[in-house]
Amino acid sequence: MNITGILLATAVVGAVGLFVGLFLGVAGIKFKVEVDEKEEAVLGVLPGNNCGGCGYAGCSGLAAAIAKGQAPVNACPVGGEKVGTQIARIMGVEAGDSVRQVAFVRCQGDRERTRMDYEYSGIEDCRMLAFVPNGGPKSCNDGCLGFGSCVKVCPFDAIHVVNGVAVVDKEACKACGKCIAVCPKNLITLIPYDAKHVVACSSREKGPATIKACDVGCIACQLCKRNCPVDAITIEEFHATIDQEKCTGCGTCKEKCPKKVIV
Amino acid sequence: MVKELLVILIASSLVNNVVLSQFLGLCPFLGVSKKTNTAIGMGVAVIFVITLASAVAGAIYQYILLPLDITYLQTIVFILVIAALVQFVEMFLKKFIPALYQSLGVYLPLITTNCAVLGVALTNVQKNYGILTGIVNGFATAVGFTISIVILAGIREKMRHNDIPESFQGMPIVLVTAGLMAIAFCGFSGLL
Repeated sequence: MNITGILLATAVVGAVGLFVGLFLGVAGIKFKVEVDEKEEAVLGVLPGNNCGGCGYAGCSGLAAAIAKGQAPVNACPVGGEKVGTQIARIMGVEAGDSVRQVAFVRCQGDRERTRMDYEYSGIEDCRMLAFVPNGGPKSCNDGCLGFGSCVKVCPFDAIHVVNGVAVVDKEACKACGKCIAVCPKNLITLIPYDAKHVVACSSREKGPATIKACDVGCIACQLCKRNCPVDAITIEEFHATIDQEKCTGCGTCKEKCPKKVIV
Repeated sequence: MVKELLVILIASSLVNNVVLSQFLGLCPFLGVSKKTNTAIGMGVAVIFVITLASAVAGAIYQYILLPLDITYLQTIVFILVIAALVQFVEMFLKKFIPALYQSLGVYLPLITTNCAVLGVALTNVQKNYGILTGIVNGFATAVGFTISIVILAGIREKMRHNDIPESFQGMPIVLVTAGLMAIAFCGFSGLL
C-alpha cells in the first residue's frame, strides 16, 4: 500500500477541485445577473401555457409586467381567481374579484336547421370566405360558417365544429380570446361561466328574411324583451341580446321565445 | 512544425470528423440542429470550450500528472476541468448573450457530458501531443463539429416542409440524414 501515492493523488485532485471551485465562485460573482425574485415567484405560479390571453408575450412577459406593477394581479384569464389570489399574495396586494368567463358562439345554425345558398368546395377557412359570393354558402349572412378557423387557433381544444356550427366546450374554455379575435363574423363573445341563458343568434336580417334562411334565427319579435322581469334584454340590429349583469336566470325569455333561439 | 499542425487541422476537422467518423458528441449534434442560428451558436460555444479544455487539460497533464507519475488520474481531473469551463461559459452567456443562452437551453450544460470534449483531451494524451499541438487538435475537432452541425441544421431546415412518411418523421429521418452525411464525409479520407 503506497500511502504516498494515495496522498499524492488525493492532494492533486483536491487541489484541482479547490482551484476550480474558487474560479467558479469568483466568476459567479463577477457575472451575476440581477433576477427579480418576485418575477420568478409569479412565473412559477402562472399556468405556463403561453396562450397570450393576458395580452402579454407569454407567461414570462406577464410575470415581468406584474412584478413591475404594470399589470393587475388577476390578469391571467386561464389561471383565473385561484392564480390571481396566489399572485396577490406574492405581490402583497389585494386581489380583485374576477368572474370566470367562457366563450360562446352566438349561432345555432347547424346543417339541419339552416338553408344553404349553394354548395361550396374550396379553402376551408372562415376568413377566406369573405372573398366568396355573398360571404359564404349559408343563406344567413351573419351565421357561423362552420369551417373551423376558431378550432385551429384554440390552444385548449375547447371549441369544435359540430354539424356545421362551432360549439364551445364550457369546461375546457379558458377565455383566452383567440377564437373571438379570429372569427370574421364576430360571432363569439365572452359570457360568465354561470350564465343561465344566452341568445344564440346574431342575425341582422329582418324577420321574414331570417325565417327563410334559418329555423332557429331571432326574428326580433320582442316577446322576450316584453316579458323579462328585470328588463335585461335589448333588441339591436334585429336580434336580441341579454345583458348578463342584469339577468337573474329566471328563464321566462326562453319559454316565450317562439323560435327557440334562447339557450 | 507548421506543416504538422496544418495536417492535424485538416485531419481532425474533416477526415476524422468528431461526429461523423468518431461518433462522439451525438447528443448536441441531434438536439441543437433544428435551426442554423442555434447550431452556429452551439458550435461557437463548443469551439470555445474544447480549445480551452485541451489547453488546460494538456497543461495539467504535462506539468502536474506526468512529473508526479499519476497519469491514471487523467479522467477525473479532465472531467473536473471541463465541467468548470462549461459552467463558466454558461455564466458568461447568461450575462452577455442571454438570447443565445435561452435558445441553447439545456444543451449548454450538456457540453459537459459531451464525450467529444473528454474525447479530445484523452486523444491528445494518447497521441502524445504537446500542449500547442493539443490546442490545435482541439480547435480543429471543434471546427469539424461546427461544420457538421451547421450542415445538418441547414438540411433539417430544408426538410421541414418535405413530405416525410409518418414513421420517419422526427428523429428517424434525422439519423438517416446523419448517416448519409457520414458516408459523404468518408470521401475526405483520401485527402491525407
